[in-house]
Amino acid sequence: MKKKQLLQKIVYHVVVCGIGLLMIYPLVWMIMSSFKPTDTIFTTAQSLIPETFTLENYVNGWKGFGKVGFGTFFLNSGFISVMATIGTVASSSIVAYGLSRCKFPGRRILFVFMLVSMMLPAQVLMIPQYLWYQKLGWVGTYLPLIVPFFFATQGFFVYLITNFIDGIPRDLDEAAKIDGCSYYMIFFRIILPLIVPALVTVCIFSFIWRWDDFLSALLYINESARYPVSLALKLFSDPASSSDYGAMFAMSTLSILPAMLIFIFFQKFLVEGISTSGLKG
Amino acid sequence: MKNNSIRKTLEKESAAGIVCTLPFTLGILLFILVPMGISLYYSLCDYNILSPPTFVGLDNYVEMFSDETFFKAIGVTFFYALISVPLRLVFALIVAMLLLRTTRITGFYRAAYYLPSIIGGSVAVSILWRRMFAVDGVVNNLLGLIGIDTRFAWLGDTRTAIWTLILLAVWQFGSSMLIFLSSLKQIPTTLYEAARVDGASRPYQFFHITLPLLTPTIFFNLVMQMIQGFLAFTQSYIITQGKPMNSTLFYTVYMYKQSFEFKHTGYGAALAWVMLVIVGIITWILFATKRFWVYEDGV
Repeated sequence: MKKKQLLQKIVYHVVVCGIGLLMIYPLVWMIMSSFKPTDTIFTTAQSLIPETFTLENYVNGWKGFGKVGFGTFFLNSGFISVMATIGTVASSSIVAYGLSRCKFPGRRILFVFMLVSMMLPAQVLMIPQYLWYQKLGWVGTYLPLIVPFFFATQGFFVYLITNFIDGIPRDLDEAAKIDGCSYYMIFFRIILPLIVPALVTVCIFSFIWRWDDFLSALLYINESARYPVSLALKLFSDPASSSDYGAMFAMSTLSILPAMLIFIFFQKFLVEGISTSGLKG
Repeated sequence: MKNNSIRKTLEKESAAGIVCTLPFTLGILLFILVPMGISLYYSLCDYNILSPPTFVGLDNYVEMFSDETFFKAIGVTFFYALISVPLRLVFALIVAMLLLRTTRITGFYRAAYYLPSIIGGSVAVSILWRRMFAVDGVVNNLLGLIGIDTRFAWLGDTRTAIWTLILLAVWQFGSSMLIFLSSLKQIPTTLYEAARVDGASRPYQFFHITLPLLTPTIFFNLVMQMIQGFLAFTQSYIITQGKPMNSTLFYTVYMYKQSFEFKHTGYGAALAWVMLVIVGIITWILFATKRFWVYEDGV
């Protein structure tokens, strides 16, 4: 009996571990390839460990293209992602508070809109929004990539925080009201400190999504000095402009670094965010 | 004195609610409803961004019926969504069942399975995928190692190109897996104990306890991912650009090309509206079938 259990255990770990390795194999391959001399990447594609370890790809890739280095692209991406995330967190939390704690005319309609905006992906609005931003004169600037996020346009996040606030006992609000707190003070003094864990989750997802965002950059940014990393990487990798695969893999590896670091340090928040609200990673 | 009364009004519950949700109300108006209104108008126009629009009525919509590429794109998109989403969910469920057993390294396994989902939407991964399935890429290389010497162009063949994109979608099953994992943990163990006492086999337990109780989760995942799957863009745009012979031309990519590359923007706006209607219908169908297979009584 004991032997059978042991055997079962071994089979289980071999299977699960095997699938796990298969899952991360492509990523490991990319990262390892970025340290190989660029002309040996495809001739030695079957082996993971570089025969000669080199950082040359990173040096070459960092130079970027069209006289703009990848440093600029990273700064651009950082700026866009941080601004959009600040907007998302600030607006989503106050809107969620209003929806959760106050009764007011139009509340039900807003709830419906929140659910609809959760299911209405950016791609549907791609052309409508482009035409509108063009009218506003926003095309070519960062405004379309940042401003909408200050208006709680991502229903998912509002939904997540609303649920979180619903779970906070109302006794606290009532006590504060008796002490003379207005609804606004209750939000800032009582609710806000209590929803920090939910806000961290929102920050993480918002940042990763904004960092990865490719479509809106492709639509609105047309000057290479203003490119975010995603768009720069795409143009960098176009067969017409480059065949330096080493540099391409090196910059690809760097571009997923922020998400990887967040993954390593904030795994708990990521897992909880997904498990409790169905956010897509 | 007047200031004071404004303050009083603002501090009422209903006023506070309206003020707090004002960003969202404005956001819906400015970034969803107004753009949609504008695009509805442009979809009725001949418009190419550069010169002013001329009203042509329903011409753009009529044009779709004779546009073979439009039907091709719809077909490709349906094929992609209808295959990749169920495959991903099945895979996610199987792995979630495997990881339900907790050992010391479950955390590591969970991380390894979940990692691709976190970065899967990035341009870096799309570039990586393109290189993996190239003629001299790692896939052919590895096949060579096990004795299948092939110089097959996975991305250049109409039969296989779409499958590389489906594989990329299935590879990102991590977040569905986590959702399944958390719902699996909520199923009371007493149910299984009772079933075991009654002599129910493992498969019987799965189909009569686990699966029915998971149906709300499956439903939620199915709806969200069908919508996402139907509207995938980056993968097709970067990995294959719709090639070869439009066999991977996703609807969104076609819409993008019409609007911005061919400067056929009025038509593109009409395509966006048709897409919205299609996605609406899919969602409606899913909700309509809900009562036949989703178990909602709770435990």
